[in-house]
Parts: sequence; structure tokens; C-alpha cells
Amino acid sequence: MREKRKVIILLVLFLLSVLALIVCPFIGMSDISIKTLFAPGADTIGSFIYWNIRLPRVLLAFMVGVILSLCGMVFQALFRNPLTTPFTLGISSGAAFGAIAFIVFGSEVAFLGLTKTYSSAFAGALFAISLVYMFTRMRSGFSTLAMLLAGVAINFFFSSLILLFQYLADVTKVFQTHRWLMGSLATFGFNKVIGVLPFFILGSVFIIASRNELNLMLLGEDLAISRGLNTTRFKMMMFGICSLMVGVSVSLCGVIGFVGIIAPHICRLLVGSDHRYLTKASFLFGGFFMVVCDAVARKIIPPSELPIGVITALLGGPFFLWLLITRKRIEDL
Amino acid sequence: MNVIEVKGFSYSFGNGDILRSVTFSVKEGEYLSIIGPNGAGKTTLLKNIMRILKGGRGSIKVKDAEVVGYSQRELARIISYVPQADGRSYPFEVREFILISKYPHLNPFSKITGRDEKEVDEVLESVHMSRFKNRAMAALSSGERQKIMIAASLVQKAEVFLLDEPTTFLDPRHEEEIYRILKKLNRERNITVLAVTHNVNSAVLLSDRVLALKNGSVLYCGDSGGFMEQNNLRSLYDKEFELMRHPKKDINVILPEAIP
Repeated sequence: MREKRKVIILLVLFLLSVLALIVCPFIGMSDISIKTLFAPGADTIGSFIYWNIRLPRVLLAFMVGVILSLCGMVFQALFRNPLTTPFTLGISSGAAFGAIAFIVFGSEVAFLGLTKTYSSAFAGALFAISLVYMFTRMRSGFSTLAMLLAGVAINFFFSSLILLFQYLADVTKVFQTHRWLMGSLATFGFNKVIGVLPFFILGSVFIIASRNELNLMLLGEDLAISRGLNTTRFKMMMFGICSLMVGVSVSLCGVIGFVGIIAPHICRLLVGSDHRYLTKASFLFGGFFMVVCDAVARKIIPPSELPIGVITALLGGPFFLWLLITRKRIEDL
Repeated sequence: MNVIEVKGFSYSFGNGDILRSVTFSVKEGEYLSIIGPNGAGKTTLLKNIMRILKGGRGSIKVKDAEVVGYSQRELARIISYVPQADGRSYPFEVREFILISKYPHLNPFSKITGRDEKEVDEVLESVHMSRFKNRAMAALSSGERQKIMIAASLVQKAEVFLLDEPTTFLDPRHEEEIYRILKKLNRERNITVLAVTHNVNSAVLLSDRVLALKNGSVLYCGDSGGFMEQNNLRSLYDKEFELMRHPKKDINVILPEAIP
């Protein structure tokens, strides 16, 4: 694929992202017109919704989309496995366990503007990650396969604990836990946005700066080392950073599936496997895709709002299949 | 000057000793072939020099400094490694693959410039693969792929090439071409070559010296011609060989077995 074409694709993705970020805050259950925002003394409810609900929500959607897409891309490269998702290592089930344990057994108290469910979810995510780390470290070396297997085991472990808690809880709480598991980008004010922001910025910068290293990882460990990469250190750093990014996003917005596995694949079909382009494409497409899906989720069956995970899969699935059919060459990982 | 100096080096994995007190050295610009039966520790030796494997006992020196003292990146500027062909395909085009191999000379901010592109053209030229610049790595034959691996080692600007069975799975024409390329680089650019091979004939015909490993120990290290004696071969492979004088070079070669 020629370089120029890739640059054009990146440019298009950039423009689409900017467009989505500008237009989508106006779309929702009640559409807001641009005039109401700037005309003095006009529709104050519209401008209130825009500033306190829509804008933070769209920004949050963008950041979470970027995080899931980039981390999915990183995990797929490190494991050299196309089926890996940001949740493969059990981060999501750890977070879900934390959140659900709190919903079922705790009392809801606000803390720094964020309720304790969120803090509890984040603690759960960190706990799951440290378990995976510990088990991987206990074996000699730092094998990705051992990590993958440890992650799968821990995923099952927490999932069954969640089932147990749901079984023990009363009906209202089961319903609450169910809603949490579906994932939601709903937010009021900028607290969640500010919570995600540092992880979003630092993580994205770090991952995009690691494009050469990620390329090397695709060559397999032996060749990567022989080209001068300390693979053990790099893998640990990447897992650490991605775990924190995904941990925060899962704690605040729940488990939003599909984006993390499919967005990087769509980008591979668009610009190829070279991470010099793929990192940027995954960043832009992940954010754009999530913002659009969320706008659709708000709009499609008024006045109710569909779970975002339903939309990501319904829109992304057919699009991905269309790409698969129309592309001549599918690049293996 | 010795580029690589291995002294009393042992390496074990699990309960088995894979290398036992291996000692040898390689001079700058030398072509050394490493031979020996399967499981003799040849690959393990290369991987320890490249530091893909760590934790052996004894000493491996690269350019008079212990290999453990180098950062992986520093080591990659001196030594490059071509692994055994394992049928793995890479999701890159030839050009991308070669650019990726420039890694030890890149930093997080480097951009691909016209000079890098020119360098890719040059290394492809020196392995006669210019036409393949924009092909997918997955679409190459084994022979083409090995030539690209050598081009990648060149762009890495390494002075020492470690090659693990570079011609296994290749047809005779490609095998010869790979050997010619290696020999040319060795002569004209003074690149030191350490090549593991099972083809004893080409090993002794090509290289200055051979290193024969058996069960992790050095059985012979020295002049290529001197190795080709019945007793050396017998103790290395535990079988008899039919030997014949090479008509053009004053060296014994092994005749293919005529199994009735």
C-alpha cells in the first residue's frame, strides 16, 4: 500500500473525528440548535443540556473509544493474536467484580464527586491486573502465553464470583448490576472526563511513541530482541500502561465490548499493519466510532437510550464484514 | 582482533546441560561455520551471543567487553541475527520490514526520510532483490525471504552476522546464491559471519574455520580442511562417510550415500 494513500486515509479519519466531535453534542433525545448556544438569553435548557450533559458525554465517548481501540491494538500486537481484546487479561471482570461487590454489599456514598462504585471498580481492576502480573512473574521470564492463560483464568474466576453475588442479591440490586455490566457513557458534568483525561493523554502519547517497538513485536520475540529491543521491559511497560487506561475506562463506563477488538482490525484493513500509521488510525477511528455509536444510541429509539455496546456491535459488525469481503489481502498478525 | 570470544561458557535448561564449557573465538572478518548433530547446542550458542537467551555461566565477550554489559540496542548495532526459518509470515511489505530493522539506529521521534529510502534501495540491491521492494513478505518464497533477512541485517549496520541454518529448505540455486552473497559481504565489507549449517561440504568449502559441537561440547575448532578426516566426522555424527578429494579445491568432501 502506498504511503500517500495511508496519509490521505489518516487525514480523512482526522476530519471525520473533528466533525463528529462538533456535530454529535447537538444530537440526542432533544436536538439542540447551534443558535441556542450563542444567542443571548435564548433557550437556557438547551445550553444547560449542551454544557453539562452532551459535551462531557461526547468527550468521554471519544476518550474511551480511543483507549479501547489503542489498547486492543497493543494487546493484539504483543500477543500476536487477532482475537485479543483489552479485556482478555481479566481487567474488565476485575472491575465488574469491584463494582458489583459494592452495589450488592456496600452503601452508595459520593467521594470526590465520583461515587464509590467507581473507586471500587477501579480497585477491582487493579487487583485483577496485579494477580495476572504476580502469576506471570512467578514463572521464569515473562512469557506472553503464560500471561494470556493467567488472564483467562482470572477472568473466569471473577466472572463466577459476580454470578455468585448476583445469585445472593435481591432483585433491584441484580437489575442495577445488570445495567452496570451493559456499560454506559451517561455522565453529568466533567468529573468523569477529568478522571479519564490524564490516562487518555499520557497513555496515547506513550503508545504512539512506541510505534517502532510495536512493529518489532510483530516479528516475534527473537527477532525483536536481535534488533535491539528489551522485550521483557517493553512488554511490562505496555501491559502496565494499557491496564491502567482500560481499568479507568471500565470503572467509569462499564464494559463496552467490540470496539477494542474490531476497531484495530478495521484500521489494519485501511492502512496495513505498520504501527507508524496504525497507531494514529486506531486512535482516530476508535474515538470517532465511539462518538458516532453513542449518538446513534441516544437517537435511534426515543425516548429510550440503547446500551452503547449493542450499537457498537450492530454498526461495527457489518462494516467489518464488508471490509473483509472487499479487501483482496487479509494480513495475518 | 577477536570480535567474539567465548570462554568456558555453559548453559543449562531444566536439568539438561545444553552447552558445556564452550571455548572459542572469532576474529574480525572471519567466516566461521558451526556444525554438529541436531540438539548439539548450535542454536543455543547463537542465541546466547545475541542475548536472546540469558543466564549462562562463563564468559562471552563481544569486542573485548562482556556481552552482559551491553544494552540490547548497543549489541544490535554490532551483531545481527537471522533465525531458523519457522514458516512464520510477517504482516509487512519488504520495504517496511527492512525499515523496521533500522530500529537500533532510531529514536521515538525519528521520521523516515529520503535517506532511509535510499538505504533500503541499496541493501536490496546488494542481495539482488530490488524488484521486490513493495511485495508482501508473506508472498515471498523461502529463498527470497532469506535474502530479505540478510538485507535487513545490512540495514542494521551490524559487523557480525549470526545465521541459523540460512539455507535449510532452499533449492540448490538459492542455496548457492545465499552463500555467494554472504561470502561477498564477508570479503568486501569485512563482515564477520557465524553460520550454523548441516551442509558440511559447503561449510568447509566456504569458511575459514569450522566449529564442531557435540552434546554441548566443542569437538573441533580450527581449519576447515583439517576437519574433513574420517575420524573427526565419525565422532561428530556417529556414522561412516564416503570421502573424496574436491577436484578444484584441495579439501575432502562427503559423497552422497548410495543406499541400495
